[in-house]
Amino acid sequence: MTAVAESEPLRFALIGTPNSGKTALFNALTGSRQKVANYPGVTVERKSGMLQTPGGHSVNLIDLPGTYSLRARSPDEEVTRDFVLGRFASEATPDLLLCVADATNLRLALRLVLELKRVGRPLLLVLNMIDIARRRGIDIDLDRMTAELGIPVITAAAVRRGGTDDLMRRLDELAATATDAHEATSWKQPTTGELRAAQREADRIIAAAVKTPSKPDTLTTRLDSVLLHPVAGLVILLAILFVMFQAVFTWAQPLMDLINAGFDGLGALAHTALPEGLLQSFVENGIISGVGSVIVFLPQILILFLFILLLEDLGYMARAAFLMDRIMGGAGLHGRAFIPLLSSFACAIPGIMATRVIDNPRDRLTTILVAPLMTCSARIPVYTLIISAFIPNKTVWGFASLQGVVMFGLYAAGIVSALGVSALAKFLFWRESPTPPFMLELPDYKLPRPRSVLMGVYTRAKMFLHRAGTTIFSMMVLIWFLASFPRPPAGATGPAIDYSIASWLGHAIEPVTKAIGFNWQINVALIPGMAAREVAVAALGTVYAIEGGKENAAQIGQALAHHWPLATALSVLVWYIFAPQCASTLAVIKRETGSWKWMALTFGYMLALAYIASFATYHVAVALGAG
Amino acid sequence: MALGLAQRGFRGRITAISVSPEASDLPPDELERRLIELGFTEGAQVEVLHEGLFGRDPIAVRVDNATVAIRRREAMAILVS
Repeated sequence: MTAVAESEPLRFALIGTPNSGKTALFNALTGSRQKVANYPGVTVERKSGMLQTPGGHSVNLIDLPGTYSLRARSPDEEVTRDFVLGRFASEATPDLLLCVADATNLRLALRLVLELKRVGRPLLLVLNMIDIARRRGIDIDLDRMTAELGIPVITAAAVRRGGTDDLMRRLDELAATATDAHEATSWKQPTTGELRAAQREADRIIAAAVKTPSKPDTLTTRLDSVLLHPVAGLVILLAILFVMFQAVFTWAQPLMDLINAGFDGLGALAHTALPEGLLQSFVENGIISGVGSVIVFLPQILILFLFILLLEDLGYMARAAFLMDRIMGGAGLHGRAFIPLLSSFACAIPGIMATRVIDNPRDRLTTILVAPLMTCSARIPVYTLIISAFIPNKTVWGFASLQGVVMFGLYAAGIVSALGVSALAKFLFWRESPTPPFMLELPDYKLPRPRSVLMGVYTRAKMFLHRAGTTIFSMMVLIWFLASFPRPPAGATGPAIDYSIASWLGHAIEPVTKAIGFNWQINVALIPGMAAREVAVAALGTVYAIEGGKENAAQIGQALAHHWPLATALSVLVWYIFAPQCASTLAVIKRETGSWKWMALTFGYMLALAYIASFATYHVAVALGAG
Repeated sequence: MALGLAQRGFRGRITAISVSPEASDLPPDELERRLIELGFTEGAQVEVLHEGLFGRDPIAVRVDNATVAIRRREAMAILVS
C-alpha cells in the first residue's frame, strides 16, 4: 500500500436487497457521522459516513440504494449499478463491497451475491439480523457457506449493542489488506436463463448450509391475518391515518406557536435594532419572517416523518401500499404513492421528497404532479379565516357544524381533484407507455429501533432546514422584493405595499381576476402569499390597513366580511384548493424532477384549474344571489 | 393452473413461468426476469395468504420463506400445481 492510499480513507460500499436492514447496519457502523447529498445529475440520495476500524483505519462507507439485482430498473438502482461497476466519473470504484442479507430470508440475497461476484471487486457477505434468525431456530453453517460462495461470510445484528463487533474486526483485517488491484469485471445483463441458474445455485447453497425449522414466523402471519384482512385491514389503516393526522395537527401546535413567537420576537428585535428603512424591512420581512414562515412547519414535518419511519421500520408501509394499490391504481397511481400523498397533507415539500420511494419514474412524476393538490396545513389559516368570517356557525343535519362541513368539503375537493388529475395525466402523457406492475416484498414485522428512527428523523430535519436555507430562502427574497419595491414616496399615507411592484401587478391583472370575483386587494395579497399560503392572511390585513398581522385574524375576518360579497369569499376558498400558491413547493418540484418543464407544468395546470373552478364558483354563487 | 386464478389458501408449487405478451404492459422477457428476481422460480413453494378488497386484487403470496405482493394480472404468468 502506498503512502497516499494510507492517508486517503478506504471506500467501502453497502449493497443489499430491500428490507435487508442495510440502513440499520449503516447507522450502527457510522453513528451520526453521516452525510446525505445527491449523486450528480440524478435526484438519488447519496448517503455516506465515516467509520474507524479498531485498528485505526478510516473507512468512508457508502450506503447504496437497495436492489435485487444490478439489472437497474429505476434511477435508484441505476446508481447502485453504476457505483458498483465504477461507471461514475466522480466516484472511484469501491475498495470493498459489503453485501447485506437478512439472515431469515436468504434466497434473493444469495442470488444477488452470486451476481456481485462477477463484478470482480472484493466482496463480503454480512448476514444481518442473525439474532432474529437464531431465535427462530434457523441454523446457518458459516464455514460451509463461506466455502460454497468463495467469499468471507460474517454475521451481524445491527440493532443490538455489540452486534457489529465481529464485522468491525473483519473490516479491520480487510482494510489492512485492501489493494488497488482491479480485477476486470465480467458482469453483464443476465438473461432469464442465467437468472434461473443463479437462483437454483443459491437455493442449492441454502439447502446445503442452512437448516430452517418448518414453521415460518408465526407472529407476522397472525398479525397479517388482521392487518391485511380485506375489510379490517382497511379500517385499521384509516384508524392509523387518523391518529397520525391528529398528531401532526395537535402535537405540533405548541411547538409551532413557540417558533412563531420566536421569529416574531426576532423580527421585533430587528425592527428596534435597525434604523427604519430598506435594511430593516429586508431583515425583518424578507429574511426573518420569510425563513420563519417555512421553519414553522418543522414540527409537523418531524412528527410526520417520525410516523412514516416508525411504520416503515415496523414493516407496515409495504402493507399500506398493498391495501391501497387497487384504490390508487384506479386513478393511475402506484400503491406506494400513498405515503407521499399522505405526507402532503402536512406539507407538499416532504411529500414530494417522499416520492423517492416510488421506483418507477412515471409513477413518481404523476405523484409529484398531484401532491400539491392535497390540502396542506398552510391552507388551514386561510380556510379558517374565510370560513369563520363568512360561513354561519350553525348545525346542519342535526349533528354537523356547517363550518366543519365546508372545511371537509375543501379537503375532499383536493383529494378528488388529485385523483382526477393523475388519471388525466396517465391518459395524456403515458397512454402509450406500459403500466408498471405492482410487485413488492412484504417484510416480516420488526420492532422499530428508537435510535435508527431518530437518526432518520434527524436526517430529514437537516435536509428540510438546508432547503429552507437555500432554495426557499431565495424565493422569499424575491417575493419580499416584489412587495417592497419601489419604495413609497415621502409623505405617502397608504400601506407601503400599495406602491410596490406587487400592487402594480395586482392592479394589472384585475381585469382577468374580476371574472372570478377578486378585487385588486386580493390580487396584491396573493403575491406575498406565494412565500407560504398563510402569509396571505397577514397580507390581506396589510392591504386593508389593519395593524397586527396574523395575530389579528379575527379583526381581518371582520374587515373581509365587510368588504367582500359571499361569492368572492367562496371563490377565494376554491382558488386556494387548486392555486399553485407556494413558491417553495415549486422550487422543490424543480429540484426533485431536475427539470423546469415539470415545474412549469404543475404551475400551469394548477393555475388553470384554480381559475376555472373559481370562475364557476363565483358565477354560480352570484346567480344564487350571493354576489 | 395460473397463480393469478388461485383462491386465498391455495398451496402448491411453481411448475413454470410462462409470460404471454398480453400478460403485462412490460415486455414478456422483462416481466419474467422480475418475477425470477422476486423468487418466483420453478419448484418454489407458494401459498396465497391474502387478497385485496376490490376484485380480490392484489394478492400476497408466500414464496418459500418470503411474502410478495403481486397483482393477479402479473400472477397469470406463474403456473402452479
